Amino acid sequence: MEENNRVTHPRIVVIGGSAGSLRTILEILPNLEPKLQAAIIIVLHRHHVYDSTLTDLLAIKTTLPVKEAEEKEDIQPGTIYIAPSDYHLLVESDYSLSLDYSEKVNYSRPSIDVTLSSAAPVCGARMAALLLSGGNNDGTDGLDEVQSFGGTIAVQDPIDAEVDYMPKHALQTLQVPFVLKNHEMADFINRFAAEDLV
Amino acid sequence: MLRTHYISEDEVSMLLNDVLELYGYDFTDYAHASINRRVNYLFKKDRFTSFAEFRFRVKNDKNYVTRFVEEITVNVTEMFRDPFFYTALQKQVLPVLATYPFIRIWHAGCSTGEEVYSLAIMLQEANMLHKAKIYATDINNTVLDKARKGIFPLAHMQQYSRNYIQMGGTQDFSQYYTANYEYAKFSETLSKQIVFAAHNLVTDHSFNEFQLIVCRNVLIYFNKTLQDKILHLFDDSLETFGFLALGSKETLNFTSISHKFRQLENRQKIWRKTIV
Ligand SMILES: C[S@@+](CC[C@H](N)C(=O)[O-])C[C@H]1O[C@@H](n2cnc3c(N)ncnc32)[C@H](O)[C@@H]1O
Repeated sequence: MEENNRVTHPRIVVIGGSAGSLRTILEILPNLEPKLQAAIIIVLHRHHVYDSTLTDLLAIKTTLPVKEAEEKEDIQPGTIYIAPSDYHLLVESDYSLSLDYSEKVNYSRPSIDVTLSSAAPVCGARMAALLLSGGNNDGTDGLDEVQSFGGTIAVQDPIDAEVDYMPKHALQTLQVPFVLKNHEMADFINRFAAEDLV
Repeated sequence: MLRTHYISEDEVSMLLNDVLELYGYDFTDYAHASINRRVNYLFKKDRFTSFAEFRFRVKNDKNYVTRFVEEITVNVTEMFRDPFFYTALQKQVLPVLATYPFIRIWHAGCSTGEEVYSLAIMLQEANMLHKAKIYATDINNTVLDKARKGIFPLAHMQQYSRNYIQMGGTQDFSQYYTANYEYAKFSETLSKQIVFAAHNLVTDHSFNEFQLIVCRNVLIYFNKTLQDKILHLFDDSLETFGFLALGSKETLNFTSISHKFRQLENRQKIWRKTIV
């Protein structure tokens, strides 16, 4: 099973953010490898209103396909998936995506913790998680799970974060090997995708 | 912070097999990630210290199984959720149903009933409630009890009233309930035409023919095989020219019944059955 995953399934990078993180994501996207092999999942807390425009907004910044994650779709390499507003996004063990309309976690749906903790046991070392700016606790528990299943975790340097509470909270709770400046993030993702991160 | 215990997907499927064999509840074709999460959450919440202990309890304590079933199904709901869905029902579906002498509606997976009361309000405003019967079903008896009572937290009413206005409601929303300081109780004129009953979509059969079936945010919890099976059940339970309404992220497209249905022209997930 494990061996099988290695051959057929792409690496996954989950980017989680809340207040103040959109700007950073818009900065990361243009610098991703055009032939990126990893799939990217973006879980962003946001208000209903921005819903349909978010995908379009992000798509302008990259040549990689950007789409709202759909129920039961297979995760494809080089694709950027956005968690739809008001649903949690989960990763299934066959590397498909599923949606879940259960309680808000950390007052959020989608919640970063929920996506990370579902992906963690499935992806193991084949996933990385990057936590950005935000004003609440979401993400810390999820990062913890990712790490305990062998994944790579990173947070935005609080100095660079518009709202530093979320990355700070993760740094106070966990041992985080990568604390990244905004301009280092795309490189981090590119290298993780190319399996050349030390 | 090392995770002390984590119920693996294989262990979850052992549990689900136990529950099926011993109690007849079939969760084996539910989408794994969500079930996994619920089972792990319950494991932590009930403070089990090992999988063996958890499994033993499930296998040997009948009362605990009721709790298990109730806790692993997701029951979150809202009144007039996705207001534009209700606008579409009101503008495109109710006028058709209004031409029938008697209207039978099945609301499957109704949870605590907020959506059912929303529909009843719309029917009442269209002066159709008196000739309608809504069968509201769910697998989970606890939520059905709540639905039957029609009592919801007063704190939610502000949001519900906003949804109602957004869907195009023009009445004073507060006329539909009486409030005390914590709860809102919905009027019995609304619930008079509703039958709340237990029905398991996985194992139970069709029980009538309907002109409208509403089943929102239930199919997302099932795998594709099971989704297809349930859609056949709906197809079997729907009259020709009847309507099927799903949740905003659910679809009939690419399923084995899609050729019989035509999606209404709006951005909502409502289909009309065009072929027997
Ligand atoms: C997320 S709620 C949806 C509530 C409401 N329809 C809405 O969209 O707001 C899902 C409901 O499906 C019910 N359910 C799950 N499995 C079921 C089954 N096999 N048969 C009937 N109902 C089921 C759960 O008990 C729960 O109340």
